[in-house]
Amino acid sequence: MGHNTQMAEEIRSRQDTILKDWIAYQLSALTLRRDLVKESELRESSRQFLELFSEAFASTADSSSPAWKPVKDNLAEISKARAIQGFTPTETATFIFSLKQPLFELAQQRAGHDGKRLAESFWDLSTLLDKLGLYTTEFYQESRESVILRQQQELMELSTPVVQLWDEVLALPLIGTLDSARTQVVMESLLQRVVETGARIAIIDITGVPTVDTLVAQHLMKTVAATRLMGADCIISGIRPQIAQTIVHLGVDLNDIITKATLADAFQIALHRLGLTVSKAAPTS
Amino acid sequence: MERIPILKMGPYLLVTIQVDMHDRIAMTLQDELTERIVSDRAKGVLLDISSVDVVDSFIGRMIGNIASMSKILDAETVVVGMRPAVAITLVELGLALPSIRTALNVDAGMTLLKSARKMMGNGRPAR
Repeated sequence: MGHNTQMAEEIRSRQDTILKDWIAYQLSALTLRRDLVKESELRESSRQFLELFSEAFASTADSSSPAWKPVKDNLAEISKARAIQGFTPTETATFIFSLKQPLFELAQQRAGHDGKRLAESFWDLSTLLDKLGLYTTEFYQESRESVILRQQQELMELSTPVVQLWDEVLALPLIGTLDSARTQVVMESLLQRVVETGARIAIIDITGVPTVDTLVAQHLMKTVAATRLMGADCIISGIRPQIAQTIVHLGVDLNDIITKATLADAFQIALHRLGLTVSKAAPTS
Repeated sequence: MERIPILKMGPYLLVTIQVDMHDRIAMTLQDELTERIVSDRAKGVLLDISSVDVVDSFIGRMIGNIASMSKILDAETVVVGMRPAVAITLVELGLALPSIRTALNVDAGMTLLKSARKMMGNGRPAR
């Protein structure tokens, strides 16, 4: 333990030199993203980290002990920020791994020609920094995953707009693949809007649905049935030629559902049902 | 015992379900409604379920049955005011009730009944 404390003392006393070297290594590393992080920011976060590091190192070299918590929190913050800024895992981990060189140099100077001592301190430092590096990567991954999750949710909300085309006519342009979870959201938002607007006709446009398999067809039919139970009629439009072929090949029965090739056709039917006509305005001259 | 009132509105009957539909009530309703259709010579039934927020497969089937029975007694049934959650539940239960008519609210249901009658028109013997 004594040798650990000595080393910590040395780190603290030569903090400025180490920091300078460390930053130099970071700056010279090919993986540094000068477009994403400013040198001053890098300097500041490195300084902060080194301070916390030397403090924790003074008490113990075991990174799993509670003394290392501030260091880990600091690392977590850095990797989170880098994950959001768009750094790769390598670029993020380089932050911690580039600290190896200045610390090893320090250990070498201290050990002099004592090979055994040198190997020991190398081993200690290496294990410690590796653990911290792994921690950084792990946290980076976590931040990335939370970003993905958030985007998924946003996408889900984004992709189910219900628009009002006319009094009592709603349209639901579907974009992307329909799975069970999305169908549920689609169904709920459509039915909710039917209640709110008192719509009599709902047009589901599937132009943006890339593939229709039996499951998707079943989901569509469920939505149509639920809408009908609410007292509104449903028209499916935007069926592309390939999709019409697939539907027939799959043996899906869409006979009870009004289907149209384009949204315009569906809208025309809707207007007709409501007893409305669209006509050209009289020429103004 | 709780009962569901059946109101006569011209040639139609209006049934508004405002209590928790449990099985006994549903059975009673079925009995009374069929009796009333015959005794009042009703031409249509409006079944307002806008206050119902929980359905199970039994109630779902009951609604379907009531509609089929009325149809046999020459009264068109329109189920009105179904809530989104109820509609989704029924579809998930596999009870899409394809043979019954639906409308968004009592008003729309009444219009539907009237237009349906007009379409049937003269084909039916006058009473």
